Amino acid sequence: MNEPMLLSIEKSVAGRGSNVIPAPETAAYALPDAFRRKDAPVLPQLAETDVDRHYTALAQRTYGVNCGFYPLGSCTMKYNPAVNEAAAKLPGFTGAHPLAPAHAVQGCHAVMDELAAALCEIAGMDAFTLQPAAGAQGEFFGMLCVKKFHEARGESRRVKMLVPDSAHGTNPASAAIAGFTVVSVPSRADGLVDTQALQALLDDTVAGMMMTNPNTLGLFEKDILAISRMVHKAGGLMYYDGANLNAILGQARPGDMGFDVTHFNLHKTFSTPHGGGGPGSGPVGVKQSLVPYLPTVASLGQPEGLQLKAFSGNFAVLVRALAYLKTLGKESLGDVAAHAVLNANYLMKRLTDAGFTPAIAAPCMHEFVLTLASLKESHGVSALDVAKTLIDYGIHPPTMYFPLIVHEALMFEPTETETRETLDHVADVMIRVLAQAKQNPDAMHTAPHHAVIGRPDDVKAARTPVLHW
Amino acid sequence: MSHYHPHTQADTSAMLTALGLDDTDALFADIPQSVLRKAPLSLPDGLGQMETLAAMEALADQNIRYRLTLRGAGCYDHFIPPLVSQLAGKEEFVTAYTPYQAEISQGILQAIFEYQSLICALTGMDASNAGMYDGASAAAEAAVMCRERNRTVTLVSECAHPDTLAVMRTYAYGTGHEVRVVPAKDGHTDLAALQTMLTDDVASLYIQQPNFFGILEDVPALFAAAKANGVKCILGANPMTLALMPSGADVGADIVCGDVQPFGIPMAYGGPSAGYLAATAAMLRKLPGRIAGQTTDAQGRRAFVLTLQAREQHIRREKATSNICTNQAHCALIAAAYLTYLGARGLQAVAERCLTHAHAFAQMLCQIDGVTMRHQGEFFHEFVTDLPVAPHRVQAALEAEGILSGLPLAGGMLWCVTEKASLAQLQRATALVKEACAQ
Repeated sequence: MNEPMLLSIEKSVAGRGSNVIPAPETAAYALPDAFRRKDAPVLPQLAETDVDRHYTALAQRTYGVNCGFYPLGSCTMKYNPAVNEAAAKLPGFTGAHPLAPAHAVQGCHAVMDELAAALCEIAGMDAFTLQPAAGAQGEFFGMLCVKKFHEARGESRRVKMLVPDSAHGTNPASAAIAGFTVVSVPSRADGLVDTQALQALLDDTVAGMMMTNPNTLGLFEKDILAISRMVHKAGGLMYYDGANLNAILGQARPGDMGFDVTHFNLHKTFSTPHGGGGPGSGPVGVKQSLVPYLPTVASLGQPEGLQLKAFSGNFAVLVRALAYLKTLGKESLGDVAAHAVLNANYLMKRLTDAGFTPAIAAPCMHEFVLTLASLKESHGVSALDVAKTLIDYGIHPPTMYFPLIVHEALMFEPTETETRETLDHVADVMIRVLAQAKQNPDAMHTAPHHAVIGRPDDVKAARTPVLHW
Repeated sequence: MSHYHPHTQADTSAMLTALGLDDTDALFADIPQSVLRKAPLSLPDGLGQMETLAAMEALADQNIRYRLTLRGAGCYDHFIPPLVSQLAGKEEFVTAYTPYQAEISQGILQAIFEYQSLICALTGMDASNAGMYDGASAAAEAAVMCRERNRTVTLVSECAHPDTLAVMRTYAYGTGHEVRVVPAKDGHTDLAALQTMLTDDVASLYIQQPNFFGILEDVPALFAAAKANGVKCILGANPMTLALMPSGADVGADIVCGDVQPFGIPMAYGGPSAGYLAATAAMLRKLPGRIAGQTTDAQGRRAFVLTLQAREQHIRREKATSNICTNQAHCALIAAAYLTYLGARGLQAVAERCLTHAHAFAQMLCQIDGVTMRHQGEFFHEFVTDLPVAPHRVQAALEAEGILSGLPLAGGMLWCVTEKASLAQLQRATALVKEACAQ
């Protein structure tokens, strides 16, 4: 397994391949030369066995949630239920054409209607669009909604979007590509939004404020009702980034906190798999005043409005999320947040007792952030060193160096689907790592030592890009 | 009622005790009382997994399952080799996330690197990113890549897919930029009209090949006109056609984009698929999204990483020109597995069968009284016919035998034939169209 692995093209032998598709049943149509490429594209030529083994080897060199603990903070790497996968693979769904006549896709409509209604109830919103393909696209759409809202009221002067300095990078980026000027709102020493600083930023050019609650430090913004009132009073709208919804699922609703528009990440909170970086799904919920701006689908003949992608959304992801909600039901839904928060606090407690320093010494919600600044100072061991050492123990590292306002940050999100034994094991490993950091820090600078590669040279990759074979 | 958290009552109690808490309610002490829910949400009761699957099956059964699909228009019913589904379904690929930790993500990183290589081979471009949401959003972000200080307008052919045009307009609305539509003439982009629109403020021209009506555009001529006026050229290509047809590089494109759905990805009511986005070396630093690159580790072993991240939103934040983060990596992996399995010969076989059977079907249809090709010109596997009866009658006649007709357009139909259609099936479909037209 630790042998170097060849690229598919390096295994290619001229003349190999599989005959999958029969020849045309009539004489081949002669496309004029102007529409014929001169040289065939160079693709690998592999026997079927080799293709199978190539991708099997790639899978073996990939760490998934199925392999072990994956506490990537803000990504909610919970277990992806097999029953949801089975539902998504039903031929009635996979074979549905997006432009089939409405009577032929009633099942798809029912899935979407049922899911949208459930999300409205969970969010405390009046309507949901399921079109956005990912959280960031949901944010972008949410920002466009806010823009349309102000434009319709003749308030195009509202160009300022307030974003806390602890926000995910997508927040300022989404606001910027929607045409807003991003204004950063500082956090206080306790990790929460500085409401005094916020008050000073509020004027009649404010379009709205984007917030993650709990925020990226894993802390619930206790002043949320006051913040919403302040922003609304200034004429702005409140946007809820649902990346951290898992912390409050079934326990509290963005709509009840004063948010006007929200996106959820179905690939986080609603257990759909992350796919090595997608596909996700980022449905957006809005209050009544924003309903007129919900996306449309031009190819379905709808009058043209905002549209984010072709057709109606990442449907197969929606199927999985609905299956999840059907299985959980109203009673188990609130248990998700309770156990996610319990697990995070339990792990944080064990690590704190072992000598690690939380960025903020307070109970957390579904995730928490450690700062390794003092370890770096005293023994020269960085958050990166600790993260890479965890790999040698078979644990996926937590999110590193985020949020940006914490030095040497490691952000842990254990999720509700991990057992107490797993959390205890991870805590025990972290204790050993801390001891190692104090006794033999040098070895940690080159960790991991037991992965298929050591630390890659990122600088070389960027300076002399090799982006294809 | 089922759930996925593993704690027994004893676990929960022990963990709460360790935290010095009485019950789980105490975990939510920071949430204002007026916001905290006192009662469960108004949602259905939970189901056992057996019931969940049965309920989902009942929903799936409300859809009509066609034996043959003659509709495309941006979503194509190609044969999906079982090996491709099997490999893509490997749980590590499904459950991993973005490969931030290269040392335990070499498999997925190499898969992305190979995907980028395959896209470069098909398009003739120098660099591909790791994938976009879909073809329409890839086109929208391609337009963003081309904007310069004094050149901000995007020209889009009227022959582009209506969703692509709407998405490009939406992205342009965000940043306050303009999209102008180049008119169509007989199902082609009107070159003469284009020439009058190539003003100094135009940044880019987007042409879809084949276009929405299935017609093969004279892309070299359109792009030559654009280039002569300093306008960047974006080709939106159905990647299946690139097995046979000139690459983006061959026709002078600066950027090639589209949707890899034809490569082994189920239609699934239009998603998820993945957009591909590839460009010349000159535009590399403007590519949005993730890119995998090759490097070495300290021992000189080949290694793959996410690279050139200084372009991305998590570094640039409010200075970013794209906010894409999670993309559709798993769909890109399916496409790569499909291409790796079929190879160039296999891919050409698919494309040749689409091309040939589509032309055979067009010829059969046009022998029916009143059925004629709407446009003159070459096509790949889609074409528009006029019909002597209302299109929905043809749709209904085919549906009665389990066939999804072409897409009804005003007075006609946009047909699509993939390799899945046998000649016998196409003959039967023709007979049904003939009957419908005679009534």
